[in-house]
Amino acid sequence: MAADNEISAIYYIQHHLQNLTFGRHPENGWSLASTSAEATEMGFWAIHLDTMGWSIAMGVLFLGLFHKAGRMATTGVPGGLQNAVEMVIEFIENLTRSTFHGKNPHIAPIALTLFVWILLMNTLKILPVDYFPELFGRLGLEYMKIVPTTDVNATLGMALGVFFLIVFYSIKVKGAGGFAKELSLTPFNHWLLIPFNLILEIVGLIVKPISLALRLFGNMFAGEVIFILIALLPFWAIWVLDVPWAIFHILVVSLQAFIFTTLSIVYLSAAHEHH
Amino acid sequence: MNINMTLIGQTIAFAIFVWFCIKYVWPPISTALHERQKKIADGLDAASRASRDLELAQEQAAQTLRESKEQASQILDQANKRSSQMIEEAREQARAEGERLVAGARAEINQEINRAKEELRAQVASLAIVGAERVLEASIDEKAHRKLLDKLAAEL
Repeated sequence: MAADNEISAIYYIQHHLQNLTFGRHPENGWSLASTSAEATEMGFWAIHLDTMGWSIAMGVLFLGLFHKAGRMATTGVPGGLQNAVEMVIEFIENLTRSTFHGKNPHIAPIALTLFVWILLMNTLKILPVDYFPELFGRLGLEYMKIVPTTDVNATLGMALGVFFLIVFYSIKVKGAGGFAKELSLTPFNHWLLIPFNLILEIVGLIVKPISLALRLFGNMFAGEVIFILIALLPFWAIWVLDVPWAIFHILVVSLQAFIFTTLSIVYLSAAHEHH
Repeated sequence: MNINMTLIGQTIAFAIFVWFCIKYVWPPISTALHERQKKIADGLDAASRASRDLELAQEQAAQTLRESKEQASQILDQANKRSSQMIEEAREQARAEGERLVAGARAEINQEINRAKEELRAQVASLAIVGAERVLEASIDEKAHRKLLDKLAAEL
């Protein structure tokens, strides 16, 4: 009985941590993965439909809300939505002003996108862990992991976007030559040390997106695992642990969004600086 | 936890969202925000300017009031002085008139006295002659004595 319970618990956890994967299976061709093993066998040419769907939904929700507020924006007395949106915008503007030391009007909107998008995606975690898997299970979909930021693909994808922006602005501000010089001649300004510098700087450059992605993913994934573990408890004990953990996660959710955004601005600020 | 195309999909989604945000979301809100900031700053400025103006106007009003008060008291002073002067003048005039009248009366009285004296002088001679006639009971050369007595009367 105990072993049975254990097996079902392991199954439950694995089930909740498996994304809805669509891809080319070596045997079944293009199809939805029906087991975790199948999803792994699909390799790189597969896509997590739940991660993509929910993240795009959150992005559209964010842009829709803010776009609506922008269309109705008046310089007079703002309404409720405009007030809320302006608060966020002002917060991001101040954050950008205090962190980014350069003149680029695009940094603040980039930071806004990152912050609100990640915040919305993280917030999905506050929803009870069983609702959506159960609902989509009834609809015939085997897996449904609704929090995109607990998928390393999503966080790494965004971090990759930030990475491209870093490289883009580095080249735009310093020129390709200037960027190459920065990579090869710092921190040791001597031609003999160019290879050493290159290794150091390129590692430093690549570590930036990876640290961004893994920090967010790690926090969200760990939190999700704890939620799932709590959900395994007897029903009368769930809320005793679930409520404090959820309240604590309101903090983690916004903090992680804030950290991701701030670090992105810092990296972009560094990309704009001449040495 | 497999790395797969989701990574690329997410990057593309991120790029599209950032582009949309830069293009359509950020500018109107940011513009509205800054315009309102400017409007509020202008309003505050205007208010402080107005209060400064008010202060100035109050000061000016007080100044005007003070000046007009001063002027009024000056005018009052002048009027007072003028009235006392007028009274003085009238008094002076009255005194002069009185003196003139008194002098006139005195002159008339003197004239009367002189006339009376003349008359008396004229009569004294006759009276004296009559008196002497009575006393002497004799006829006297009136012509000779008359001259004598006239001389005597003139000496009076």
